[in-house]
Amino acid sequence: MREDRALWVALFIFALLLAAPTLLPMIGQGYLTNLLIKAMLLAIAALSLDLLIGHGGMVSLGHSAFVGLGAYATAIGIESGIENILVLLGIALAVAGSFALVTGALALRTSGVYFLMITLAFGQMTYFTLTSLAAYGGDDGLTLWSLATLFGSDVVQSGGGLYFLILGTMIAVWWLVHRIGQSRFGRVLRAARDNPERTEVMGYSVRRYRLTAYVIAGMLASLSGLLLVQHAEFVSPALATWQRSGDLIVVVVLGGIGTRNGAIFGAFFIVILEEVLGSILHEWRLIYGPLLVLMVLFAKGGLSHLIAGKPRGGAVS
Amino acid sequence: MSLTLLLIQCLNGLQYGALLFLISAGLTLVFGVMGFINLAHGVQYMIGAYLAFAYVSLTGNFMLAVVLSMGTALVFGLLLEYFVFRHLYDRDHLDQVLATFGIIIFLNEAVKVIFGPATLTVAPPEFLSGTIQLTETLRYPVYRFATILMGLVVAALLYVTVSFTRVGMLIRAGATTPDMVSALGVNIQRLFMVVFGVGAMLAGFAGVIAAPLFSIEPGMGDNILIVAFVVIIIGGIGSIRGAFFAALLVGLIDTMGRTLATSTMGLVFGPSMANQIGPALASMLIYILMAAILVIRPQGLFPPKGAT
Repeated sequence: MREDRALWVALFIFALLLAAPTLLPMIGQGYLTNLLIKAMLLAIAALSLDLLIGHGGMVSLGHSAFVGLGAYATAIGIESGIENILVLLGIALAVAGSFALVTGALALRTSGVYFLMITLAFGQMTYFTLTSLAAYGGDDGLTLWSLATLFGSDVVQSGGGLYFLILGTMIAVWWLVHRIGQSRFGRVLRAARDNPERTEVMGYSVRRYRLTAYVIAGMLASLSGLLLVQHAEFVSPALATWQRSGDLIVVVVLGGIGTRNGAIFGAFFIVILEEVLGSILHEWRLIYGPLLVLMVLFAKGGLSHLIAGKPRGGAVS
Repeated sequence: MSLTLLLIQCLNGLQYGALLFLISAGLTLVFGVMGFINLAHGVQYMIGAYLAFAYVSLTGNFMLAVVLSMGTALVFGLLLEYFVFRHLYDRDHLDQVLATFGIIIFLNEAVKVIFGPATLTVAPPEFLSGTIQLTETLRYPVYRFATILMGLVVAALLYVTVSFTRVGMLIRAGATTPDMVSALGVNIQRLFMVVFGVGAMLAGFAGVIAAPLFSIEPGMGDNILIVAFVVIIIGGIGSIRGAFFAALLVGLIDTMGRTLATSTMGLVFGPSMANQIGPALASMLIYILMAAILVIRPQGLFPPKGAT
């Protein structure tokens, strides 16, 4: 019953987002579309992180590295003359996936707090690598003068086409993460989260399951990077700082860990909150910071549970 | 690479290491004894630097400013502990990360509002502002020597406290088996408060010491916080001795790496390639070291005795 309600809530949000481009110009608010795109890009990265944190119990403080890698793979691809977005997609997925495979194999030798620290180390390494790419702007980043095309057509470059592409990707990632959660693979992953020894004894290789989840999450996060480049026409190493990874954790925890729509709630909540607070007060962070602390202290379980009106579900370590 | 330059870099490395130790000592205790991930430790360092600026411009006396800043940092740390951190000790690490992240955001913005976004500087006190003639061609600032000395003094004080006093014994016991300590009737809440207060004061002290060395700006604690985490992971969580040696190691590697990486890369690749890779590799060295330690020896180089 609860799953069904989550599905209906999600479908309602998607319907609103589908209708937004036709409704918003009537209100005369083109910039709201930008806001929605920003939230959806954040939601894609957060959904992928929730696969790690929520289902796998693996708290990574280096997830923004994959967003940065996806963005840079796309930007460098475009700079070297590759225009087709599908080819660029393949490159971004391959780069993020292989990076996740190598770093994940090392990181998963640890667990708990140590996993948090080692992912942070890999994130910092990625960040410094990106700042060293002098040919692609170094510290300052790179403005792109041309963008990816879909077989030569510019439908995925701006306006409605790009909007629906990003919305479609977000829905696809949402669906995929949900399906993974329901599959046998997802069940093993959650079993390993709650009791790794028992899962191991039952004959599953916990590390192999976790590594697979880590690679999938990394690849999904790179999608956010690719679309971000297409939207902002700009990349910079700032995408991969540890503070950005912290932001992603904030989104996931605020939305509700391991819940179906939590990452989407969290992303829209944060983006809208920033905008509203920013319009009230220039120094909006003075309100935002304490608000985060208060939410941790008093709103356990995140927005999903506030909206669904249920107490916090299974233990998440 | 001349010998003089190498010597200077060595001293710079030691000075950076001493500073790192002051920050890491508190972090490793809070992490080790309470199992608490305090991301806000970096902003407490920043607060120390801003307090030094405020008190120096108020009183005009650096030494007085040091004492006042440490007092204020201690009170501030205790207030944070009382109102926020105390409620998070038995929560999972995610909640701790989130709440302390919120505190970082707030304090970074708060100092920007109070002191402005521009970078500030503090002059070192008169009697420490000269230089010392080391060799015929080499002079080194007295203040940097004083920084190294302060690191050593604090290390010695902490060592004596942790090894030979009752509080130190409780801290060591708490880092290893906190449940047992509390079962034996120790007021663990008060122990936590003491440890947290000392940690906050040390971070503030590090900020004060750093004020004449670096520029003071909002967000100055964010990156050094991550380096401090590198230090305590390498040294072993909860170990003061580990934090000391790891801080010096990280300080030396980071500083020497920055001078040596480009020239070493130049031997393998062409000069233009080396200029590109060198600095990035130098910034990465300490993270590579930390990742290697986590993979090979996750408990760190000098884990606290009895910890597994």
